[in-house]
Amino acid sequence: MSRILNLTLSIWRQPGPNSPGQFVTYPANGIPDDASFLEMLDIVNEGLIEAGEIPIEFPHDCREGICGTCGVMINGRAHGQEKGTATCQLHMRKFNDGDTIVIEPWRATAFPIVRDLVVDRSPLDKIVEAGGYVSAPTGTAPDANETPIPKEVADSAMDAAACIGCGACVAACPNSAGQLFTSAKLWHLNSLPQGQAERFRRTEAMVETMEDFFGSCTNHGECSEACPKEIEQDFIAYMNRDYMKSKVYNRKLAGQN
Amino acid sequence: MSLGTTIPDSKVPQGPMADKWDNHKFDIKLVNPANKKKFKILVVGSGLAGASAAATLGELGYNVEVFTFHDSPRRAHSIAAQGGINAAKNYRNDGDSVHRLFYDTVKGGDYRSREANVHRLAQVSVDIIDQMAAQGVPFAREYGGLLDNRSFGGAQVSRTFYARGQTGQQLLLGAYQQMMRQVHEGKVTLHTRMEMLDLVMKDGEAHGIVCRNVTTGEISSHSGHAVVLATGGYGNVFYLSTNAMASNVTAAWRAHRKGAYFANPCYTQIHPTCIPASDEFQSKLTLMSESLRNDGRIWVPRNPDDTRAAADVPESERYYYLEEKYPSFGNLVPRDVASRNAKTVVDQGLGVGPLKNGVYLDFADAIGADGKDTIEERYGNLFQMYDRITGEDPYSRPMRIYPATHYTMGGLWVDYNLMTSIPGVYAAGEANFSDHGANRLGASALMQGLADGYFVLPYTIGDYLAPKLGEDPLSLDDPAFIQAEADVQSQVHRFMSIKGTRSPEYFHRELGKLVWEHIGMARDQNGLEKAISEIRSLRDEFWSDLRVLGDADTLNSSIEKAGRVADFFELGELMARDALDREESCGGHFRVESQTEEGEALRDDENFAHVSAWEWHGADTAQTKHAEELTFDEVKLTQRSYK
Ligand SMILES: Cc1cc2nc3c(=O)[nH]c(=O)nc-3n(C[C@H](O)[C@H](O)[C@H](O)COP(=O)(O)OP(=O)(O)OC[C@H]3O[C@@H](n4cnc5c(N)ncnc54)[C@H](O)[C@@H]3O)c2cc1C
Ligand code: FES
Repeated sequence: MSRILNLTLSIWRQPGPNSPGQFVTYPANGIPDDASFLEMLDIVNEGLIEAGEIPIEFPHDCREGICGTCGVMINGRAHGQEKGTATCQLHMRKFNDGDTIVIEPWRATAFPIVRDLVVDRSPLDKIVEAGGYVSAPTGTAPDANETPIPKEVADSAMDAAACIGCGACVAACPNSAGQLFTSAKLWHLNSLPQGQAERFRRTEAMVETMEDFFGSCTNHGECSEACPKEIEQDFIAYMNRDYMKSKVYNRKLAGQN
Repeated sequence: MSLGTTIPDSKVPQGPMADKWDNHKFDIKLVNPANKKKFKILVVGSGLAGASAAATLGELGYNVEVFTFHDSPRRAHSIAAQGGINAAKNYRNDGDSVHRLFYDTVKGGDYRSREANVHRLAQVSVDIIDQMAAQGVPFAREYGGLLDNRSFGGAQVSRTFYARGQTGQQLLLGAYQQMMRQVHEGKVTLHTRMEMLDLVMKDGEAHGIVCRNVTTGEISSHSGHAVVLATGGYGNVFYLSTNAMASNVTAAWRAHRKGAYFANPCYTQIHPTCIPASDEFQSKLTLMSESLRNDGRIWVPRNPDDTRAAADVPESERYYYLEEKYPSFGNLVPRDVASRNAKTVVDQGLGVGPLKNGVYLDFADAIGADGKDTIEERYGNLFQMYDRITGEDPYSRPMRIYPATHYTMGGLWVDYNLMTSIPGVYAAGEANFSDHGANRLGASALMQGLADGYFVLPYTIGDYLAPKLGEDPLSLDDPAFIQAEADVQSQVHRFMSIKGTRSPEYFHRELGKLVWEHIGMARDQNGLEKAISEIRSLRDEFWSDLRVLGDADTLNSSIEKAGRVADFFELGELMARDALDREESCGGHFRVESQTEEGEALRDDENFAHVSAWEWHGADTAQTKHAEELTFDEVKLTQRSYK
């Protein structure tokens, strides 16, 4: 049977990128525990609008854990305390009547606040733009079955490719590092036969673009803990290995020109 | 309704079906490689259709600008597709072929699609898989390293390729990455957080768009030689649907208001396997992939008052209604048939769950036969998703499912070249009406989006552009741009100044209830007439009692929402008109007045084997209908039967 929860929310409100922000306390009463976390915020917003107050902006779209749009700090943890769960997949049945919930945006220099709980994550696209692709223009592809890929390899590439680009790894990291995101994309492409030709160029370009925006990794492991897709930290080690190699390999190639 | 002219020319090439596309590619005008950079193409939307089109156009050398209201192209709703993508590869050696995929799609669409388009789709489907594998899409593989396939949504061959339960995600990332490469090369310019709110016309042709930056409120004009709308479907007119929250009809609708015909708006698809709604606060419905029907058995208790747990209901008291009614297809009947039958049993009071608004999808037999591990391997993430949302464990008790709006077959009318009725405006992906007729087969939307974007539009657009060599894009100082910007500005201003009492969300939800009630799974004359008048009065209320708070020069999702809901009102009314006009049942459009004795959809080929393409005449005047007659040279029209 569903329960009804009465909660207190402490939410970061900030009118714009250059205005100061602050925590504001809101009661959230009569929340059915079948509601999702974002539906709880919808209910609060409807109440605010009714009362003539400006509703809270929060990021969301698919509401099923795949688009990577959502993501807030819930009681100090990226996407809340449930493992492998994006904010939109969190349900109120995981909370108790009378709880106080603190809700903040991702905090990272690379992710400036746009408004309230919404941040700008465009540096993640910049990393992909730097080399997160296979150069295979439309129309040039051989038959898909001409390149068999062992199931284990395809599965492992898929494990990395499952990243939804939400930025929780950055938000959870004490250094705001972008290693988990970058290494997941690198492992996805670097582990497949299709990605070999550009492997080292890709690695060097993506890592160096990452370093332009994000802090450095000191192996805390908070990133994997927070990741809604439970992307493994091992990918960071593979990335570091390929990056070292790229320094040699890319230079050698340059020398041959 | 007043009848416009019939549509004389859909530009379908002459010649035998199998040669049409090749002949056409040879016959249409080409833009020479060195000249391509002189053309600017504006692509609105970065889902599968938009991203693949932008990437390919950039590779060909065109000057491309891409617009999306999302914060990254990778957020487009395509990301959410789970089940898979079809292609006529015949890797299973089970008798698949281009002709069979073509045939299945025309038949599945209940004979309301244009044969030549569907044939082309089936032809290029094979190239899509090659292209995506080359992009590094981690498709599911067998131990031998070759691609795995499954049978999906009523198909009798295994032609569906997939990447776990995240096929849309992996395909979109592939297309997005390919596009980002062109961004890196400087061939594609990306504008995120930009919502297109108007199409700019001059002398009967499109010259550009007006956008609003959703984070700053800034309104800007963009000029180009052609505009591609790849802006997705309009399922959110129902409020509750499986679409992402931000999916909407605005770009297509604003083009419609500028003269683009809107085709078959009443063809909407209700997906049979979604998690039933739990309450008024429900903001969206979650799809459980249709692949679940391969192993799950659908049933309800025969006794409407049965209160026992599912496992305690003996076999003899279970009504496996699909298996009983359709012995050869069973649980794998097409979506429309599965959905309508679920509605029938729920309407009879046989529904399950606290609100009696669902039917069981039961895996007990499959787990018994194949073991829990196999089922987990196949559907693990879906089972987990279900558990998370409902708090119930589907390994130990059956899932509850109910149909929900999922896909819209209707959309902007396009000719064989994918050009709308406005010269210079193209529509691709779910935004156009082209290939699925009155019902789409599972795993065919991803295929169509990528076919349009990778293999059709990049060729056909040259035919329009070639004669324009030497023409500069229209100046942003042109009165056409100034006027369009002023119109957009004044609409935003109007929303803010109504100062009523109800949120955009409230109006959206109320509109959705009307559309679901009257233009949902079963439609009749009475209900449709009622829908028109009730939608109108709710629309009037919207324009007099809307409350949008805050400022227009920062992120303000109420402004975005208000604009989208305003367009949904007009679309909802047109859907009702279209459904009223189409006095037959076909595919997803079920008119209660037109059914066989067995309660199946009954088509009227004599009077309705046409596309209804509606022309806008202003918010208070009914649209006129233009009919495009459909001819069937290859596929024989039959009454669909899945018995
Ligand atoms: C839950 C779910 C599961 C599905 N599963 C499958 C499946 O297994 N197989 C299958 O074949 N199909 C599936 N589909 C259908 C398929 O995913 C969609 O039809 C398809 O992805 C649509 O792609 P698109 O490129 O046309 O549009 P979308 O991916 O919706 O992209 C629309 C783009 O347009 C942009 N946009 C829209 N309006 C504007 C505007 N005014 N200004 C600027 N930008 C704008 C958006 O930002 C976005 O980038 C599924 C659909 C859903 C809802
Ligand atoms: S809203 Fe899409 S992942 Fe949460």
